[in-house]
This record gives sequence, structure tokens and C-alpha cells, in this order.
Amino acid sequence: MATTRATPGDLKLVQLTRNFEDFVAVAGIDLVVPGGSFFALLGPSGCGKTTTLRMVAGLEEPTSGQILLGADDITGTRAYQRKVNTVFQSYALFPHLSVLDNVGFGLRQRKMGDWRRRAMEALELVKLADRAKQRPRQLSGGMQQRVALARAIVNEPDVLLLDEPLGALDLKLRREMQIELKRIQQEVGITFIHVTHDQEEAMTMADTVAVMRAGRLEQVGAPADLYDHPATTFVANFLGQSNLLPLEGFSDPGGEFVTAHAHGIGLVVERAQLPAGMVVTTQVAAVDSAVHLGIRPEKLRILGPNDPPSANRLGGLVTDASFNGVATTYLVSMPWGQELTVTRPNDGSPRAHRGDEVTLGWDPNQAFVLAEAD
Amino acid sequence: MAWLRRNLVVIVGLLVMAYILMPNLVVTMFSFNKPNGRYNYEWTQFSLDAWLNPCASAGLCESLGLSLWVAVVAALVSTVMGTMAAFALGRYRFRGRAATNLLVFFPMATPEVVMGSSLLTLFIAMGIPSGQVTILIAHILFTVSFVVTTVKARVASLDPALEQAAADLYATPSQAFWKVTFPLVAPGIAAGALLAFALSFDDYIVTNFNAGATTVTFPMFVWGAAQRGTPVQINVVGTVMFFGALAIVGFGQLIGARLRIGSRRKEAL
Repeated sequence: MATTRATPGDLKLVQLTRNFEDFVAVAGIDLVVPGGSFFALLGPSGCGKTTTLRMVAGLEEPTSGQILLGADDITGTRAYQRKVNTVFQSYALFPHLSVLDNVGFGLRQRKMGDWRRRAMEALELVKLADRAKQRPRQLSGGMQQRVALARAIVNEPDVLLLDEPLGALDLKLRREMQIELKRIQQEVGITFIHVTHDQEEAMTMADTVAVMRAGRLEQVGAPADLYDHPATTFVANFLGQSNLLPLEGFSDPGGEFVTAHAHGIGLVVERAQLPAGMVVTTQVAAVDSAVHLGIRPEKLRILGPNDPPSANRLGGLVTDASFNGVATTYLVSMPWGQELTVTRPNDGSPRAHRGDEVTLGWDPNQAFVLAEAD
Repeated sequence: MAWLRRNLVVIVGLLVMAYILMPNLVVTMFSFNKPNGRYNYEWTQFSLDAWLNPCASAGLCESLGLSLWVAVVAALVSTVMGTMAAFALGRYRFRGRAATNLLVFFPMATPEVVMGSSLLTLFIAMGIPSGQVTILIAHILFTVSFVVTTVKARVASLDPALEQAAADLYATPSQAFWKVTFPLVAPGIAAGALLAFALSFDDYIVTNFNAGATTVTFPMFVWGAAQRGTPVQINVVGTVMFFGALAIVGFGQLIGARLRIGSRRKEAL
């Protein structure tokens, strides 16, 4: 398994579409998944991510569009002809076969003479070699999950598809498996496409995350990019929490920073944080659509009397403080009625209490601008 | 009292078992009888005569052979047809599916007298002479429903992802069927086939309507013989069937236990 293999080709989806009668499940997506990467398709249920995965596996036929694996167009091929393997959400282990026979199934289909040795190696990779003779139902959920993974990767496919494979596991086991999956992916170098609705899971594991919504791709990028520079309000709210301040306009004093105006208050924003292509005039210019300034709860600070002055200041009233051990989450009510969420780490700094008047501050390079109406 | 309370379930169970098994024991005992006269209802003397000459009663072995032949063919045909129908009903949505489900249920719900007489009417109207063929058609008709019902339950409990997983692991649709689906549905098919065999073998009412004058199955022979006296050979056949069925069940249990012990032993290693 650990032998060096050529990096598999990229997986390309071209205008891929799937309709179910008059419902559009996948609405013409274009996507390139680089060979050898850990890619996550993230979105709420019903966004078309599983349908996309099933089309790549060959279990669902596209209404239109193309699927290319390396240089080959595999759109018209059947599931059993594709060098793509799947870890199913329900694991779909064959209950009448032993663990070893389950893992060896694909190898035997392809008439591999040394299927037994390869299957045992795959079981060693997922640390289940001692369970080879058992039946799947004699194993725990986490072990079954690993058997399903071994059964797929043993075939050394060009692309491995994971359909919410950790959904049935409890939280602690899920964390362990996330790390394990990442380790295995780095070890075997196969392209992994992981479908999930858990944003934390997607960000923890994947090199690249594609956020899907209503059959379309909302944004594709590295986890940190998506989190710090979401392109849409949907992404801003789906990946973690965001405080969105509606803006009335911008003014541009020139230089590294521009000023955004919200409720008559000027807020300093680094120019680099503006969406690409956004033009800001030197005058206070009213913006036509709903433009928002977004600030993550953990980027907001509660300013104390001894803190250095902050470029951005918003005064408000603490309406709620909830302590969860790692951090305290505050709700701070603004004069215009909006409540901002603030998360402060439990690092020994003084805590605010309900009813306190506080001033919030943040760095100009820690806020993002959303130019899109929702 | 405390002892009774603790063992009441066992005692009642044994009483019920005794009640059910009593006729079989009587049949077995009287197969070793040497009756005076034509009726084998009174114990007279131990004898192996009937066991040594099972075909001595005229027509018995012929009727037994016919019944076995009809039951095997009816079970085979209805198992193949019923299994295919069960897959179609369990897997696919098509026009007329609900109606088919209802129609499959009818032969099980219809009183046998009604089914037998209406079949006879049909055969006469179509000009098909009564005999082996009509018996077979009738038996396939009412056993196929039971096969469909047993197999369909099994198909419905199957995770459709299993077949997709087989396809994903390079199995063509027919390979996926024979390597994954069929082995998992097989217990249901076997149960359906055994049920069909048993139902066909001991059917009297429908058979009697459609057998014609000269075709005699084993249940018909027993009924006919009972009018004129009961040959001991009937008890011999009954005893063989009872202990044969018992042996098959016991053998199945033994294999199951052996497999379970085997897998547990492998676990321990």
C-alpha cells in the first residue's frame, strides 16, 4: 500500500447537472479536484452534495455535463468500470462475508492473484488485521467504518469517495477517525472526496473545501481562506458564526485603509479585505445593495481601560454571558438594536457580566466585506 | 408452590408439546401393529410386516410417488416464479404494482373449496382434461403466493446500498446479484421452497377437485383408504415423513451451531 504510486489525475466536473423530474438537485457545477488532494464537499442536507458524489461513483446518471478523470471522459461508464471506490454512509459491508472477504471483494473481482496479502495489508493499515476472520456485525461501528475504508482503498482507486462516513459515530470516535482518515490519505496519496454537512469536520480534514448550496457551488478554497474571506453571507454563516453589520457606504482616504460607514460610525477596514473588484470612491458613497461588514465572534475584543487604543470601537450593553470552560460567549446589544456575538478565551482576562457597558474593538485586517445581497 | 411458580412455563410447554406430538406417537406406534381385520385402530401385536413391505397396499407407493413428484415440480416452478416476482415487487415501482400485490394475496385468502371448484370450472371450459397437469397448475397457483410473500420480506430487508457497493467494487450487475444479493436472499428462497413443497404435498381439497378419475395423490389415497379400512403402510409413510422432517430440522440446527462455534473459536485465536 505504501509503495509510491503516480499521483492520480485531476477529477474534473464540467457543467454537471442532475434533475429529478422537475427538481434540480445539481445545477451545472464546474469543479476541478486536484489529484492526490483531500477535498471536502460541504453543504446542508439537500444541497446536492451526495448526488454529485454518486454521479462521480457512477451510481447516478447525470442529466447533462461531463465527468473527466485525468484525460478520460468517464461520464458514460458504469460504476463497476470506474477506478473510483466509495465508503458508503451505511458502510454497506456484505454481512455474509468475513472481514477479509469484504476487503478482498474488489481485488477478486479484478482477478488479483495476491488478493489475500493485499487485503491483509489494508487491514493492517486500519489496525484491524486481528479481526480478519470475523463477520462485520461482530464489530463495533467504528471498526465497521474502518473495514469499509480498507475495502475501498485496497483497490488503489484514482478517487476515493466518502459519503458522510463518520455520521453514525459518536463525537469522540469521530474526532479520532478524522485524524486517522487524514493520516491514511497522506500515506496512500489517493484523491479523497469527502461529503459532509459538518463544517468543522470539513475544515479539520480537507485541503480544499467546496461549499454547496441548492445545487450550486457557493465557494471553493482552503479552509482558512473560506473562514477568513467568505464570499457570501451563506458561507459566512455556514462556516462558523459571523456578526454582519449592514453598511451605508465607504469613503477612501487613500492608502492602506478605507472607511466603512455603519449607523453613522466610521469603521476602518484594510483594503486587502475588500472583495476583489470592489471599487470604493473617495467620497462617502451610498452602496446600492446590502453590503455587510463581517466580524467573527472571536476576533472581537472587549476593551479594558489599560488596553492599547483600537482603530475600531463600538459601545454596547452585555445582555448575556455564557461560560463553557474554554471560552465565554457574550451577546452585546448595539444602540441600533443589533446583538453582536463575542467569544473571549478563558485566558485569565477579566470577564464581563450581564448589564455591563462595554466597548468592543477589532483589528482592521480581521473583518471582511460581503458585497452580496442575500 | 415456589417450585411450581418457577417451573410453570416449562410444565405448560411440555404439556403443549405432548398434546401436539401425541398423534405422531400414536401413528408411529401403530405402524408396528398387526391388526385383525382391515382397520388399524386397535393394538393387537407387534410386527414389522408393514415396514418390510411398504408397497404391499395396492396403489400406496404409486400415489406417494405422484405426490412427491408433483410437490417437487410445483415447489421448483413456484420458487423460480415467486422469487422473480418478489424481486420485481420489492425492488421496482411500476404501473399495476399495488394491484399485483393484492392479487398475490388472493390465493392465500381464498377458501380452498372455492379455488378448487372454480379451477375445475375453468379447466372444463378450456377443455383441459383433469390429471397430473391440472394438479400441477393448481398447486403452482396457490404455492407461488407463499413464495412471493416469504422472499419479498427478505428482499425488503436488504440494504440497497449493498448492491451498489458490489457495483462500486467492480462487480457487473449479474455478478453483484450472484455474489451479494442471492446469498443474502437465499434463506428466504429456501423457506419459500420448503413451504411450497409442504403445502403441495399434503393438499387434499384443491387436488381432489382437479385430479380427475384415475390420478390419485397420497392424501387422496389415505382419504380413500380410510373409507375401506386403513392399511398399516399409511402409518409407515407417516412415521417416515415425521422423523424425516425432524432429522432435517435437527441437521440444520447442528450445522448452524457448528458454524457458530467455529466462528467463536476463530475469534478466540
